Amino acid sequence: MSTLEIKDLHVSIETEQGTKEILKGVSLTIKTGETHAIMGPNGSGKSTLASTIAGHPRYNVTRGTITLDGEDVLAMSVDQRARAGVFLAMQYPVEVPGVTMTNFLRTAKTAIDGEAPALRTWTKDVKAAMQQLRIDADFAQRNVNEGFSGGEKKRVEILQLELFKPKFAVLDETDSGLDVDALKVVSEGVNRAHATGNMGTLLITHYTRILRYIKPDFVHVFVDGQVVEEGGPELADRLEEEGYDRYATGAGAATIAAAAAAQA
Amino acid sequence: MTEITTEKARIGAPSAQPFIDGFTEEGENLSPVNTGTNTSSTSEKALEQAPSAGPLAGASAKSHSHGGGVGIPDSSRAGRLTSYKLADFKPLTGLEEDWRFTPLKRLRGLHNEVLSGSAPSVAVTAPEGVVVETVGRDDARIGSAAIPEDRVSANAWENFKEATVITVPAELQLDGEVSVLLTGTSTEASAQHIVIVAGRFSKSRIVLDHQGSAIVSENVEILVEDGADLTVISLQEWNDDAVHASSQQAKLGRDAKFKHIVVSLGGDVVRMTPSTRFTAPGAEAEMFGLYFADAGQHLEQRLFVDHAVANCKSNVLYKGALQGRNAHTVWVGDVLIRKEAEGTDTYEANRNLVLTDGARADSVPNLEIETGLIEGAGHASATGRFDDEHLFYLMARGIPEDVARRLVVRGFLNEIIQQIKVPALEERLTEAVERELAASDN
Repeated sequence: MSTLEIKDLHVSIETEQGTKEILKGVSLTIKTGETHAIMGPNGSGKSTLASTIAGHPRYNVTRGTITLDGEDVLAMSVDQRARAGVFLAMQYPVEVPGVTMTNFLRTAKTAIDGEAPALRTWTKDVKAAMQQLRIDADFAQRNVNEGFSGGEKKRVEILQLELFKPKFAVLDETDSGLDVDALKVVSEGVNRAHATGNMGTLLITHYTRILRYIKPDFVHVFVDGQVVEEGGPELADRLEEEGYDRYATGAGAATIAAAAAAQA
Repeated sequence: MTEITTEKARIGAPSAQPFIDGFTEEGENLSPVNTGTNTSSTSEKALEQAPSAGPLAGASAKSHSHGGGVGIPDSSRAGRLTSYKLADFKPLTGLEEDWRFTPLKRLRGLHNEVLSGSAPSVAVTAPEGVVVETVGRDDARIGSAAIPEDRVSANAWENFKEATVITVPAELQLDGEVSVLLTGTSTEASAQHIVIVAGRFSKSRIVLDHQGSAIVSENVEILVEDGADLTVISLQEWNDDAVHASSQQAKLGRDAKFKHIVVSLGGDVVRMTPSTRFTAPGAEAEMFGLYFADAGQHLEQRLFVDHAVANCKSNVLYKGALQGRNAHTVWVGDVLIRKEAEGTDTYEANRNLVLTDGARADSVPNLEIETGLIEGAGHASATGRFDDEHLFYLMARGIPEDVARRLVVRGFLNEIIQQIKVPALEERLTEAVERELAASDN
């Protein structure tokens, strides 16, 4: 049993207009076996939370803590965090020139486990996982994400999730840009990883659609860099019907209302 | 990596596409090297396309001069001046099409001085049966496979004192490779001449290993006789101060197989101009190259594949990595499919990986097609960069930063290294590439 604890997290970025605070005191505790959904309108800071947990250099933590079983995650480098068991499925996975998927997966697995995987079982595991996610076998020989479609990139993220077996998975809008079939395939992958019982999941999404396939234990609503409401899966159902309108207050309200009006 | 273009040439099209989607036409004089403008101001990565006037210019103007005459230059590669006489080549200004990227000021006299310095020493280690000779200028084999195509090459031709001739007799099949160690010890401008003859139906592999410090213009003549199978590997692991121009011209007989691999890592300025000429049908050529330029280094490669006869095949792939301020690489690939060359199958590609800011890769793939009756013809060029987002992605998968960089560069360049097929050499080059990587980390 592991615990990922985020306490009073404040995060800012440098922009041309100066320093901008994006997260304004976020607290969350995720335990092994739990699935937490983080929902919220665009620009509410959901993805910032994901990138901050993984250690993206663009985000500066100005206050608060992130700990994994008491260890200070913020003091770790990006690769140390991954080796400690944090996995970020990225919203926009980049194409890495010159590195084949095969080579990349093996190198990462070796780094995470601290030893090279047994070649025979590893090759089999990779093949099987690819098949389950309906990734073409020839992807293994292609460079990481190079020329992959949006849906293929997301599947490859989940492939890594299944192979690397992290303690905590942060899924940053893994569902966006997927058609229904791909969404099902990806969700099944997450559910398989979850079913091992050794993983906690932080599922970041704009839409409730993915929650039909991945059942959250907790739902947190993000607005303007803060958690404004928390509840069980029933909260997601309510959001599906009502949208984010009712959280709109203050400065953010006009924008959200305008967006809603534009959609309607 | 961003794919810039991979297009199959359109048979019978009047000219190449004017430009590639997403890239603007940059014009003839993009390179500031020889124009007297500030050379450091445009050191950002750039990629240049061939001018839209296109290489498929009128055939009427062409007067190929391989016999030693003076050609009529036009936009076709076939019109390039070739001559054994230095005097036939005008002094260089740096604005010539084939010199516009080369920093003439750093050539240390190779283009405008008498090349009287002592050339790098030549030590040949060869398996039994291979004949190694040192001959004078009047040897009949001199000039059997090559003719200078530029002033620096002609300067070497006019000034070399003796030549090394390596002959693999007919039908000899070599297991090991012929190793030619060229060690430079002088920094006076010098001339070098090497002749390689692969006899009929022989099979061999020859390594030209350039080491030390030298200012040298080198002509390498390679005669691949009917049915011969020859691999020539040219390694440039010079010291940092070396300046090296090397014209390596191969002439292929009927059903000959020729593989040419260029690996340029060291030196201040290295300019390789390998060419392959098909003289009889059924021959195949593969030309590979690997270069790694670090801060301040200029590594240039200009290739020519001359499909002058029917039913020959060629495949060209050059890959380069760049790291550090003012690291500059140039790749120009000219493939010419003449009217007679029906049934030709050819592909050429260049890939560059830019690892840091301040480096510049120029890449110009030219394809001239004078007959529509071919199997295939294609060319491609792509330049990608490794940046913080790539690094973040790999590190977010647990891979430490130094391993991540190695992974990318090794993966990228390995495709060429594994073509060498001499395990000890492959290992040595992999290590050399990693040293390059580590050296410019700071």
